[in-house]
This record gives sequence, structure tokens and C-alpha cells, in this order.
Amino acid sequence: MRRLLSIAIASIALLLTAAPALACGGLIGPNGAVNLLRTTTFAGYHDGVEHYVTAFKFAGGGGAFGSITPLPGIPSNVERGGDWTLQRLVIETSPPAPEGLLLAQAAAGARDSAEVLFQTRIDALDITILRGGGDEVGVWAKDHGFSLPPDAPEVLDFYADRSPIFMAASFDADAAAERGQGIGDGTPVHLTIPTDNPWVPLRILGLGKTAAETVEADVFLLTDERPAMLPNPSDLLANSGLALDHSAAASEQLLADLRSDKGMEWIPQQAWLTKIAIDVPAATLRYDLAIDVSGRGTPSLRDAGFSPFGPLPVPPTTTGVWILLLASLLALPLGGVWLLTVAARGGGPRPLAGA
Amino acid sequence: MWRRAVALSVLLALLAGLGAGCAHADASGPIRIEIKIHYSHYDPDAIAVPHGVPITFVLINEDPIDHEFLIGDAAFHERHRHGTEAQHGARPNEISISALTTAETTLVFDKPGTILYICHLPRHEEYGMVGTLTVT
Repeated sequence: MRRLLSIAIASIALLLTAAPALACGGLIGPNGAVNLLRTTTFAGYHDGVEHYVTAFKFAGGGGAFGSITPLPGIPSNVERGGDWTLQRLVIETSPPAPEGLLLAQAAAGARDSAEVLFQTRIDALDITILRGGGDEVGVWAKDHGFSLPPDAPEVLDFYADRSPIFMAASFDADAAAERGQGIGDGTPVHLTIPTDNPWVPLRILGLGKTAAETVEADVFLLTDERPAMLPNPSDLLANSGLALDHSAAASEQLLADLRSDKGMEWIPQQAWLTKIAIDVPAATLRYDLAIDVSGRGTPSLRDAGFSPFGPLPVPPTTTGVWILLLASLLALPLGGVWLLTVAARGGGPRPLAGA
Repeated sequence: MWRRAVALSVLLALLAGLGAGCAHADASGPIRIEIKIHYSHYDPDAIAVPHGVPITFVLINEDPIDHEFLIGDAAFHERHRHGTEAQHGARPNEISISALTTAETTLVFDKPGTILYICHLPRHEEYGMVGTLTVT
């Protein structure tokens, strides 16, 4: 079994109106839309189980709205996440930490519909785990009030072709307000997913955004070994829009702090912490993050969504470019030596007549 | 000789290409044109039809989301960009097509010109859900 760290995520605010979706343009204006704030996600992998923690934070609008997140497998458990895991990771990788952050509460038709595998409610979030193709999940979402954006059919197919498991989360802002949750507060959700699937869905972060809009997200990975990734966030030539903000062995203090949070007893004694910052135009983000922590250094093209499994050509790798550069550098002096040799043998340019 | 053969081939290819975007006549009724909707785009997105002849548009929505087929002049589209109708269908040039369904509508275009067919659901036009109808 490949040891990998998988998933991270993605959650895009798919606008969901309490009333039936209206048909003409301009109905979801700047004041009526609900925007997803910068997404922070943690994905840990240990003993063949992925632990995925994300907080749903929204800003603006009212009523109900939701998100859809592709998953690499069927969760064995979905529960409210711990109160400080995400905040503790931010502190670890972005010192100095803002004061008081540790104290912050995370509360802060024609075809069949998808199969509902699991449903639960966490705070003001209704969570549903679905299994189905892109059309089936789209129909289910439509039947349950999600107003999917125009790029949803293509994006859902992009994921369903590889893993037909999705998490739909509908969030009732009014209910959240009754619970005392304000705009910007979030509800952490912890999914436990037995899987050996090494991809982290990134493309869905751009769902519903215009080409010029920017996707901003932080993805934290905690793996037994240093992971190999595709696209490689440290590869400047790949121009992927991913930046490797942190890559180091996790400190004992960090692991102890994470282990003390709710549902995080699984945290191992030793691990590698990686933070990837995403800041890229939505039109560019058409891939996922493939991860391999086996030590072989071979993250899957398929899991990253690259050709021939996705719409994008395989990105250049640093190794290939360096080999090409080295070959060019070697070729120059060798070519010079060859020219000198030819000239010395009289094969060079002949003198002009009369010279 | 070789140049003539090439020119003839190019002419035939052009004619074939034009035919792909044109209406297909049916001796027993209106001209029928199939427009598929896939990944929130019309296919074809450019059509030519004769004026004064009934045209039946068969709108096949292959997407799991709803779409619209609204056809008219610039003022018509400007109204719909700011419209508030939840569903269309009462007027033959304003059709709503539910997810994974097919709808039909028949129209007669009185005079030559160029108009657009657009889906005015939020962000669909911006996403590229626009087609051009040329009336000859």
C-alpha cells in the first residue's frame, strides 16, 4: 500500500438559496453572494488512514449556502473537529503568532441522483457523504437546493472519474447566527478516511469563481515521511501557483499540542510537516496535488489530474530542465573544441582569393 | 492541375463546414436544429437559418444543472441580464431547460440579421454560454 498523505481540500461556496433558484441574470449580486474566505485545511496520513480537518468559514450574505468537497475515499467517521488544530498549525508555520490565536474558538432527473452514504449535523452544518458520478452528484445537489455554478458539470466530472465520493455541506447562516457564530467564524469538521489515494483536491477551490478571481488557500500536510508532490510547490519552473511555505520535521511540541486536541489522538510520535500556500488565478488552478510519501518520489500524474487523465499537459520537472541545461553547457565547450579541431585540420573558412 | 484540385478540395471543405452549422430541412415540417448543451456551452454556437421559415430548436441539456435558451436582440438580452423570472417557457424565444432534459421551441425569423442566444442564469453568459444565429 502506498503510504501517502492524502487530501486536503477544497470547499467552494456553492450558492444555495432558500428559495428556488431564479432564472434571470443578476440575481446573485455582490450583496447577496456568500464568499468563502481563505481556506485552511489539514490532512494527516498515518497507518493507512487519512485525517482531514477543515473549517467552513464564510463571509457575507445570509440564509443557507453550502459547499461540495471531493474525497479520496469513503469516510469511516465524520465528526466535529478539534478546537485548535488548524490554528496551532498556522502558529507553527507563520511565526510570530497573533496574540490570542490559541484561545480562539474554532466555532469561530433523467438520471438517478447520487447515493447517500452518510448524513450528520455538526453545529449549523448539515454534512452528507455522497457516492456518484458528476451528473448524479450534480442532480443531488440541485435537488437539495444548491445552485451550482456553470463550471460545476466539468469540475464534478473531473473528480468523479477518479473518486466518486463527495462531501456536501450545507450551512445555514441564520442558524449559525442563532448559535452565536458570527461572519468569519467557522465550524471545524474532521473526516477519518481509510485510503491509499494520494491526491489533494485543489481544482475545486476555483469552482464558481471567474477566471480573474484568485484562489487563496493554505494546505497543511502531516506525513510519516517527507512527501513528494506533483506539481512540486518548490519547483519555480512549474509555475503552478503553489508555494512551499514550510517543510520540516514536526517538533515534539507541535505533535503534543495537536495530539491533545479533540479527535487527534492518532498523531504519531514523529512526523513531517508541510505547508503549501495557494495564491493563483482560478483559471490557472486546473489540477490537484498528488502526494507520495512512500519514499519512491513518484506522485501520480493521474491523481494530479494531468494529461492523459486530465485537461492539462504534464508540467515540466526540475530534473528534466536541469539535465537539458547541463547538456547545453557541456555542448558549448565541446562544440568549440570541435570547431578548433576542424579549423586546425584546414577545414575552416578558406582565405579569400588574393588575401 | 494540382492547384485546381487543391482549390476544389478547399471549396468542398468550406461547404461541408458551413453545412455543419446550418439548419436541416425536413420535408414534413419545420426545419429542426439540435443544440447540445455540455459543460455549460452551446454546441453548435453558431447557426445560420433562412428567414420566414419555421425553425424548431431541439435543446438537449446534457449537464446536471439547469440552463436557458433565450434568443433575441441586444435590448432583449439586456433586459434578461437583470431579470427576475424564475422560469421561462411562456414565450417561444425564452426557454428553460432543466438538468439532463430536452426542450423544444419553434420560431420564425422575419428578416435577415444576426442575433444571439444566451443563457442568463448567473455567470453562465460570462462563462461562455453564448451562441450566434445568422438569419439569411
